[in-house]
Amino acid sequence: MRQHVKAIRRMARWIALGLMGGAGAALAAGEQFIPISSPRIGQMSAIGTGLSGGYIDYIELVNQRDGGVGGVKLAWEECETEYKVDRGVECYERLKKKGSTGASVFNHIHTGTTYATIERSVADKVPLVSIGYGRTDAADGRVFPFTFPLLATYWSQNTAQVKFIGMREGGMDKLKGKKIAHVYHDSPFGKETINIMNLQAKKYGFEVIHVGITPPGTEQQSQWLQVRQAKPDWVIMVAAGVMTPVALKSAQKVGYPVDRIVSGWWSGAEEDTIPAGDAAQGFITSSHTPTGTQFPVIQELIKRFYSQGKKGNMEDVKRVGSAYYNIGVIHGILNIEGIRVAQGKYGKKPLTGEQVRWGLEHLSIDEKRLKQLGALGLLQPLKTSCMDHEGGGAVKFSQWDGKKWNTITDWVSSDQSIVRPLIEESAAKYAKEKNIKLRDCSKES
Amino acid sequence: MLFFIEVLIGGLLAGVMYSLVAMGFVLIYKASGVLNFAQGSMVLFAALSFVSILAMGAPFWLALVLTLAIMVLLGVVIEKVVLRRLVNQPQITLFMATIGLSILIEGLGQMIWGSQVHGLDLGINDIPFNFYGVFISQFDLFAAGCAAVLVAGLSLFFHKTKIGRALRAVADDHQAAMSVGIPLKHVWAVVWAAAGFVALVAGLLWGSRLGVQFALTLVVLKALPVLILGGFTSIPGAIIGGLIIGATEKLAEVYIGPYFGGGIENWFPYVLALAFLLIRPDGLFGEKHIERV
Repeated sequence: MRQHVKAIRRMARWIALGLMGGAGAALAAGEQFIPISSPRIGQMSAIGTGLSGGYIDYIELVNQRDGGVGGVKLAWEECETEYKVDRGVECYERLKKKGSTGASVFNHIHTGTTYATIERSVADKVPLVSIGYGRTDAADGRVFPFTFPLLATYWSQNTAQVKFIGMREGGMDKLKGKKIAHVYHDSPFGKETINIMNLQAKKYGFEVIHVGITPPGTEQQSQWLQVRQAKPDWVIMVAAGVMTPVALKSAQKVGYPVDRIVSGWWSGAEEDTIPAGDAAQGFITSSHTPTGTQFPVIQELIKRFYSQGKKGNMEDVKRVGSAYYNIGVIHGILNIEGIRVAQGKYGKKPLTGEQVRWGLEHLSIDEKRLKQLGALGLLQPLKTSCMDHEGGGAVKFSQWDGKKWNTITDWVSSDQSIVRPLIEESAAKYAKEKNIKLRDCSKES
Repeated sequence: MLFFIEVLIGGLLAGVMYSLVAMGFVLIYKASGVLNFAQGSMVLFAALSFVSILAMGAPFWLALVLTLAIMVLLGVVIEKVVLRRLVNQPQITLFMATIGLSILIEGLGQMIWGSQVHGLDLGINDIPFNFYGVFISQFDLFAAGCAAVLVAGLSLFFHKTKIGRALRAVADDHQAAMSVGIPLKHVWAVVWAAAGFVALVAGLLWGSRLGVQFALTLVVLKALPVLILGGFTSIPGAIIGGLIIGATEKLAEVYIGPYFGGGIENWFPYVLALAFLLIRPDGLFGEKHIERV
């Protein structure tokens, strides 16, 4: 019976999403509007339902518990992107002027859409936040004033992964003479880390072999046979979607030990490992957000929205505390902190996107603030600036035990001595191409 | 040499998996002369229904029977609601209808069963066994066995049963078949139901490998070059085509791929199929079309 009710609820949601283009609370004057781009339908639906669920729950928590941010209620509207660039851009265009002051901030949950809207966001003066994805060199705020690849870019994640392998080997000097296979999604997303792997190979003296997996990655046997033949000590994988479970099964099939495979957060959800069954046991991933319900903020969300038959945004209560849900909560915390910081400068009223941008550029979340937010351990301390739109750069590593992810490290920092020069070089190239004058950060307040 | 053999065997077994999807296309094409664009969605729908029924607590065999019933029902409804109204319409109209059906079935599957990714354990170990130094997947061998049983069953169905012969007549000419008393609607319903059954088998095997998720619809991309090679009307052709595509794409990826920077596995089968099209437009086992002018 409960399954039937769930199915009916799902149909109702679909009709709402399909006919009205999205769901959300009704807008009233004096509210701060937050657009939510969701891929709830299609191949990335697990991300959409989990991440947007966590994001919306957190917004509602702030509204119900605190009466909004600084007394300003938060209004949100969801827009279905189906994880497609054209739909994502359409959502951006549809919602950018909504609300009394327009959209506060966009989180596209899609690298392609983030790329596609970078120039528009500058023209429209609406900030783009991309947590753990998006354009890496946008961490240089001098060139990309409205884009914020917060927490850990692809490059930062990759250097932290090499550092983790070094830790496992007993020190970075022990990497000399080792062999690491870089198995990547053969797409712009997957190729992002080729150069940085080569640079680290040179720095630490290990050998790197690059093995591309043709998207979507439903067949990988020949590539994993090549991996086995090369006998690497470790594999660093850049995977997303169906590529992850197939990679794990293929590794098992050719006899490569799964506990020597390290991947990033796009592979680090329950939805990536459950389909792989036993083959996923021992798999290691890095993420800017650990899983679990032990964090006070997650406990508060459960108490407020999922206890005693209450209803939050998640259809499946068991997913509260899962990888995507927690990442969604982090989205809520960071975006709302941006609004809160901006209110300190511009006053407690609905703010424009440009004003929220200032807030995002002046985030300063230390352990004390994390404690207040109930997110100590869930979110890393971070500080953004005109120069640095990433702010953190660290990740935690988790290992799949066959049923759940277990966090196996504290925050592991990235190697900014490698990452930052690359970011500045790439951003400068973009600035030259687009004829962008670099902001002078010393003159920014 | 051992590595070459391992790649070759892996490729052949992967090809069998492609054939399983290709067979569903062949069934519909034989009956209506139309490439069923919705076959991938049917694979997803079947697998999604099966795991969702399992998740409700149904035992394996009951879930299997119920899913089969759902797929048969789906086939009958498609015939009644869509195809019956398109009898004698140009083939492009039927093809466009299958595109619409594909999107509808995908949406319906997620709407009814949700979009959560599911694991599917058929109880067959995917740990390889060592055969004279060559690692062979037990799961792939099981899939090959399933494909062999399906081919034998479908071949018997087409050649030894009345409805199989009627089906071939319908494929040649709807109107002529109807004029000699062949119940077109009945034949189409049976064939769509059979395609649903093939989708279920493919969905279970592919779902077990990839997980039951939206990406299952993408496995059809692997079936298209198999069809071009084997012929759109031949079940054994789908198997042979699958074996050729599977083996050549894996060998090409390993031995030729490095010269192209890797990642040729997706487009190489299409190049091969294109070359075949130029030499044998009807594929290896396809029926030759001779038209009187």
